[in-house]
Amino acid sequence: MSASAEGPGRRAGSFLHRHPRLRLAGLLSAPVLWLGVAYLGALAVLLISAFWSVNSFTGQLTKVFTVQNFRTLLTEEVYRNVTLRSLGVAAAVTVICAVLAVPMAFFMAKVAAPRYRRWLVIAILTPLWASYLVKAYAWRVLLANGGPVDWLLGGPGRGPGYGLFAVVLVLSYLWLPYMILPIYAGLERLPDSMLEASADLGARAGRTFRTIVLPILVPSIFAGSIFTFSLSLGDYITVQIVGGKSQLIGNLVYANIGAANNLPFAAALATVPVVIMVIYLVAVRRSGALEEL
Amino acid sequence: MTLSGWSRWALRGFMGLGLVFIYVPLMLVLVNSFNGDRTFGWPPHDFTTRWWSAAWNNSGARDALLTSVKAGLGATAIALVLGTMVSFAVQRFKFFGRDTLSLLIILPIALPGIVTGIALDSAWRSVVEPLGIGKGLFSVIVGHATFCVVIVYNNVLARLRRTGTNLEDASADLGASPGQTFRYVTFPLIRSALLAGGLLAFALSFDEIIVTTFTAGPGITTLPIWIFNNLFRPNQAPVVNVVAAILIVLSVIPVWFAQRLAGPEAGASRT
Amino acid sequence: MRRHRVVRVAPVAAAVLLLAAACGGSDSTSSGSGSGGAAAPPSLAAASSVGTGEGQLNIIAWAGYAEDGTNDKSVDWVTPFEQQTGCQVNVKIGNTSDEMVTLMKTGQYDGVSASGDATLRLIYSGDVAPVNTGLVPNYASVAPFLKDRPWNSVNGKMYGIPHGWGANVLSWRTDKVSPAPDSWGVVFDQNSPYKGKITAYDSPIYIADAALYLMKTKPDLGIKNPYALDDTQFKAATDLLTTQNKMIGEYWSDYTKEVQAFKAGNSVLGTTWQIITNLAQADKAPVEAILPTEGATGWSDTWMISSKAKHPNCGYLWMNHIISPKANAAVAEWFGEAPSNKLACQQTSDKNFCTTFHAEDEAYFSNVWYWTTPIAQCLDGRKDVTCKDYSAWTQAWTTIKG
Repeated sequence: MSASAEGPGRRAGSFLHRHPRLRLAGLLSAPVLWLGVAYLGALAVLLISAFWSVNSFTGQLTKVFTVQNFRTLLTEEVYRNVTLRSLGVAAAVTVICAVLAVPMAFFMAKVAAPRYRRWLVIAILTPLWASYLVKAYAWRVLLANGGPVDWLLGGPGRGPGYGLFAVVLVLSYLWLPYMILPIYAGLERLPDSMLEASADLGARAGRTFRTIVLPILVPSIFAGSIFTFSLSLGDYITVQIVGGKSQLIGNLVYANIGAANNLPFAAALATVPVVIMVIYLVAVRRSGALEEL
Repeated sequence: MTLSGWSRWALRGFMGLGLVFIYVPLMLVLVNSFNGDRTFGWPPHDFTTRWWSAAWNNSGARDALLTSVKAGLGATAIALVLGTMVSFAVQRFKFFGRDTLSLLIILPIALPGIVTGIALDSAWRSVVEPLGIGKGLFSVIVGHATFCVVIVYNNVLARLRRTGTNLEDASADLGASPGQTFRYVTFPLIRSALLAGGLLAFALSFDEIIVTTFTAGPGITTLPIWIFNNLFRPNQAPVVNVVAAILIVLSVIPVWFAQRLAGPEAGASRT
Repeated sequence: MRRHRVVRVAPVAAAVLLLAAACGGSDSTSSGSGSGGAAAPPSLAAASSVGTGEGQLNIIAWAGYAEDGTNDKSVDWVTPFEQQTGCQVNVKIGNTSDEMVTLMKTGQYDGVSASGDATLRLIYSGDVAPVNTGLVPNYASVAPFLKDRPWNSVNGKMYGIPHGWGANVLSWRTDKVSPAPDSWGVVFDQNSPYKGKITAYDSPIYIADAALYLMKTKPDLGIKNPYALDDTQFKAATDLLTTQNKMIGEYWSDYTKEVQAFKAGNSVLGTTWQIITNLAQADKAPVEAILPTEGATGWSDTWMISSKAKHPNCGYLWMNHIISPKANAAVAEWFGEAPSNKLACQQTSDKNFCTTFHAEDEAYFSNVWYWTTPIAQCLDGRKDVTCKDYSAWTQAWTTIKG
């Protein structure tokens, strides 16, 4: 193989092959630039603006460093209440989704006959394409005064109506597929032969579950919980549709950046869910959840 | 693990109930698209197909659909390129900061949409707009691409983890150039992961409302924005229902397609 | 190792550059400062002539102000305008004045129908330009008591074209609420039998409604103007609203959501706009609305033109069209408010319309408390105390909603 027979493409390819670090740099440059500029840069701009303030009459940004926004956030009781309420809702939604998803995913991965498995997955995935708004609105109709849920429970007013309960219910409904999928994927990778071997070795179902299934299940549940937790923590649209008069952190951010035109305060408010999620991510990283996403 | 017949039936029943729970609201949407009452009074009294013909003639919905498709394709294209590059870098190389990078990469999906939305909005307004690029379809594509990259990254990473480098090494040993190896060995291996990731990324972008609200320019109406604007309007809400019903029915196709692609691999890991 | 450190530095440097640009870039051309509005608005020139339309117009409007037939085929004054002038109209519905101010600040809209609590903020921040009323022929027949008012003019310069005015009314489901209410007391009643089904407008400006109620029922608080509240008066109003919050089912800002809520019976009582009641009645819901005995807050709206308008000619053509007698009458009837153009009264399909809405009754007009931006300098003239400004109202509103 003489050098003159190689085309420039092949020479470039060989050159790159001998210089792995250059290959790495080439692979990383565009995405890291994208991540750094488009995303992290934007987040940094947002964080900086949390230390500014806004002239209340004209609405102009006053780019003078101040911690007043954070001070208000920490001292006014309403923000503590709303944060705790949002955390509670997110946690409740995660737990409900996990409780509903595990049996369903287990059935899909291990119990259902293989030829139905694909159709079950399709059945779970299809609602993801139905618009989020339409699903939330469908629940608004379901929970309306005198609507189907009321009708089922015996008359107008019997149902839960709009409020925090409705928010938790609808959010659990919306994010359920996001919880089922990672658990299903994790369970599917568990070979049937392992379960059979465990039974052959004399373990009963409970023991098998604890020592073999659970270690697969836990990271998957955490992976799914990243979605349900973060999607619920920042949601404001479902709250507006079925939440009655409740407000969560997402609503406060939305109101401050929109109606109140107070970007600095909205940015300060936004740091709360960011901090919560980063802590959560670091905490679940150890369980290996990030590989199960 | 042999489950008793009782527990198998219990699981089957639970699954059935779960599916009912998932599909009842969707069925309600379908039923209401025929409901003669504009306010969806329950139970429905008269049935009509006029909403379906109204939807057919509704140019607003059609334009919004086109905008959504354009935004989705743009975001997915960016995501496919960048997501693949990063997943190769993370999976095939060891470098300083790899763990941090893999944590930072999933931030767009882990942080609430409203944070991404207002961050991009304020960055665009304070930095990009003074340069002359106003908000429009491009800003929507950028916004969507931030989380679409993560989806593709996850899918390709999982595939790379499973396939390993043996085949590529063998190809090089047999005298293929790196370009040929990529074209004939690597790409076919990751192709279905790319398709599955791309489809999921497109689906997320298609349905995205929160980030879009903050990044869309004034004339840009994606389908979710159109739905949001018309959801409560008495004359338009039934049309929204029809659009939603169409989406539900049509979406089975791409989902089934994606499942077929993932099928053979899923079976391979069974034993 | 060095190579990818270089690679790693590049995006960091890019991000730092982004930050520097964001921090360094100055944000405004306005010299208007201070929250009291005491300084002058930035000097901007009004247009001197109106040329041919630019083919497009982006406006922010209250719901029902720019109907193009999609809500009701017979209700359309936008399409005739588009046909006459060639200006394609894109309407963005603003649900509250705050939203409208925010949208105008993006500089992407040519015009806005601003209420009194948005106008001064827009004027002083330089977001709107003065209007050359000579270029709007129909301005001549606008009712005189709407011209050169504190909310639409500064230092003798008009900043907009009056559109119409009206009051926030009390609406109720006739089949669920009896006896028929005649006072705002029913929505502030602590022991209301309609707990959980009462609604209120979702904006800090609603605090003025509570203040108005207290003005009439607790005179010893000394409230003279519901937008001029000192600390004690403000606390009384917010306490009243905090109590009311327990009985509220939903706050509304999207008018169609309120229509739907009244029709379904999720809300049976609360503050509303006439158009909402009209729409609900058109769909056979048993709803009525009245102006209670204590009077009401309201709005007096002005069409304004953006200082950064990309289509100023279309903007002027639109302003002239919307206050033309036929269009003004159509809007007024559709929305349920008094038209600004005296000649519109002859064009309404209901011949008694102007009388019902007191369109030419200046005395009645002075009795409605129009939305105004609260500022620290008390609007009722008091010099010995400072009143709560709008940012205090906004903060309080979040706390009230809990």
